[in-house]
Amino acid sequence: MTLTLSRPEPAVVNRRRARRSRLHAFEARSAPYVYIAPFFLLFAAFGLFPLIDTAWISLHRYRLGSSMSFIGLDNFVWLFTNPAFYNALLKTFTIGVLSTVPQLLLALGLAHLLNHRMRGRTFFRVAMLMPYATSVAAATLVFAQLFSRDAGLINWLLGVVGVNPVDWRNGSWAAQIAISSIIIWRWTGYNALIYLAGMQSIPQDLYEAAALDGANGWQQFRHVTLPGLRPTILFTIVVSTIGASQVFGEPLIFGGGAAEGGALGQYQTLGLFLYQQGWQIGQLGRAAAVAWVMFLLIVVLVLVNAALARRRERSA
Amino acid sequence: MSVFVPRARGLLVAGPRTYAALVATAFVFLLPFYYLVVAASRPMAEMAQSPPPLTPGPLLFSNIAKALDQQNIGLALVNSLVVAGVVTLSTVLLCTLAGYAFAKLGFRGRGPLFALAVGTMMIPPSLGVVPLYSLMVALGLAGSLASVILPSLVAAFGVFFMRQYLVQALPDELLDAAKVDGATALRTVWSVVLPIARPGMAVLGMLTFMTAWNDFFWPVIALDTTNPTVQVALAALGGGYVPDTGVIMAGTLVGTLPVVVVFLLLGRQIVGGIVAGAVKA
Repeated sequence: MTLTLSRPEPAVVNRRRARRSRLHAFEARSAPYVYIAPFFLLFAAFGLFPLIDTAWISLHRYRLGSSMSFIGLDNFVWLFTNPAFYNALLKTFTIGVLSTVPQLLLALGLAHLLNHRMRGRTFFRVAMLMPYATSVAAATLVFAQLFSRDAGLINWLLGVVGVNPVDWRNGSWAAQIAISSIIIWRWTGYNALIYLAGMQSIPQDLYEAAALDGANGWQQFRHVTLPGLRPTILFTIVVSTIGASQVFGEPLIFGGGAAEGGALGQYQTLGLFLYQQGWQIGQLGRAAAVAWVMFLLIVVLVLVNAALARRRERSA
Repeated sequence: MSVFVPRARGLLVAGPRTYAALVATAFVFLLPFYYLVVAASRPMAEMAQSPPPLTPGPLLFSNIAKALDQQNIGLALVNSLVVAGVVTLSTVLLCTLAGYAFAKLGFRGRGPLFALAVGTMMIPPSLGVVPLYSLMVALGLAGSLASVILPSLVAAFGVFFMRQYLVQALPDELLDAAKVDGATALRTVWSVVLPIARPGMAVLGMLTFMTAWNDFFWPVIALDTTNPTVQVALAALGGGYVPDTGVIMAGTLVGTLPVVVVFLLLGRQIVGGIVAGAVKA
């Protein structure tokens, strides 16, 4: 009797258990939202809000250190009637092509080389990725030295094979090629590793079947490897296109820290143009207009890429 | 991270031509590092000669000492360590939590929210710099390390990466067992999820540290040379205020060394992480 009295009533136990399990259930239901909340809150504050606010600021006259006044589309009128903007757009495009196309082709070849059974696998892979670990600033400072007109290693090597010294800093195409080579150096190994991973996920029996059909190495590459890599290639094209639209540090430091991108803007990219307008001239409203145009450009580029890929998929 | 399980069975064996091509490529990829050491250890006058010197000289340490006095390189190293350290800790922790939720917890809106998170990877952060700058000025943070730390506290890539990792590394049975034992959600994270996530967190941590250390566009806007990170200081070094190329190169060497050392020690894992993150994209 005393024993039963010292215990709580069964109903009380049940109620307590029920409350605890309801608490547990509530905790379990809300936990996922608690875990993902920091990401979305921080993204909203420092990613989404700035992006949207860029559009709003682009409609204002807004000088560094003063307040904004609404001017409608004046910044865009100024932008689209400004030859410097078209120059930056063109230079972003040419440097983008000069850096992206060789980079991805070299990466494809390099991945093919790495896709062998060999000694020193880890050494080669780490060596290919070392440039990726190097910062834009450090890489550009070293390359500026290598590309120096009078005492650079590259002009000296060119001299050995009988080529006259190239003025890498002041020539228009020369400077763009020099800047592109920095980008190629930093990113080729990274892309090669991504291609390599894609190659290694292609089923081996496809190669065996191709070999049985008498396909040689090149035919196997053309008809098995390339189709198998298509999604990976699309991924790298999208990523490097977006990267190419953002080029900033290389031309900035290559030009000795000036945002003009060379005396005649030979290598002024949109990123540099944005920085020059916003933080050297102090026209933040105009800088916001440039940023918004860059954003639309990226959306268009990604959509075009996706559409091309889909059409190729359908025709394949 | 067993991405590199060799599939040697049908793989071609490398011949001399493959080795020759790989050695030549590795030479080109590593040459700038060697040349950095050469240029950092020579007096400027020698670097201005043609042909340029091809072997390291005697001035490495005196050039480094001079570089540390220039452009606050010493302070920049400390600042970069603080920024990259805080960013790495926060990113790894927050991305692991979010990645776990997306990988293993059923909740309403999981699919669309994950797609949204991955989609944000496509937006280059540099496009929002104007409002970000006004925001930092309004908060009184312009020029402070907080202004470069805050926007990098979490990364969509990390959420994606940890989700992919935990989907395959964390067995559902373990989570069920924890539930049967009456573990709270927090307790499950602490005793079950985190221990299993650790290898993935380590790789994400290294990648994040590298990215944070090398971050350029926003720090150049938000900070100035009185309180710089390494990259801001290097940009200033290249800005022509220091005419001695040996000193510029020595500063570059000092600013690059920390990541390169991390990379040489853990390159294998970083390579695996990059590949694992990309394969499933």
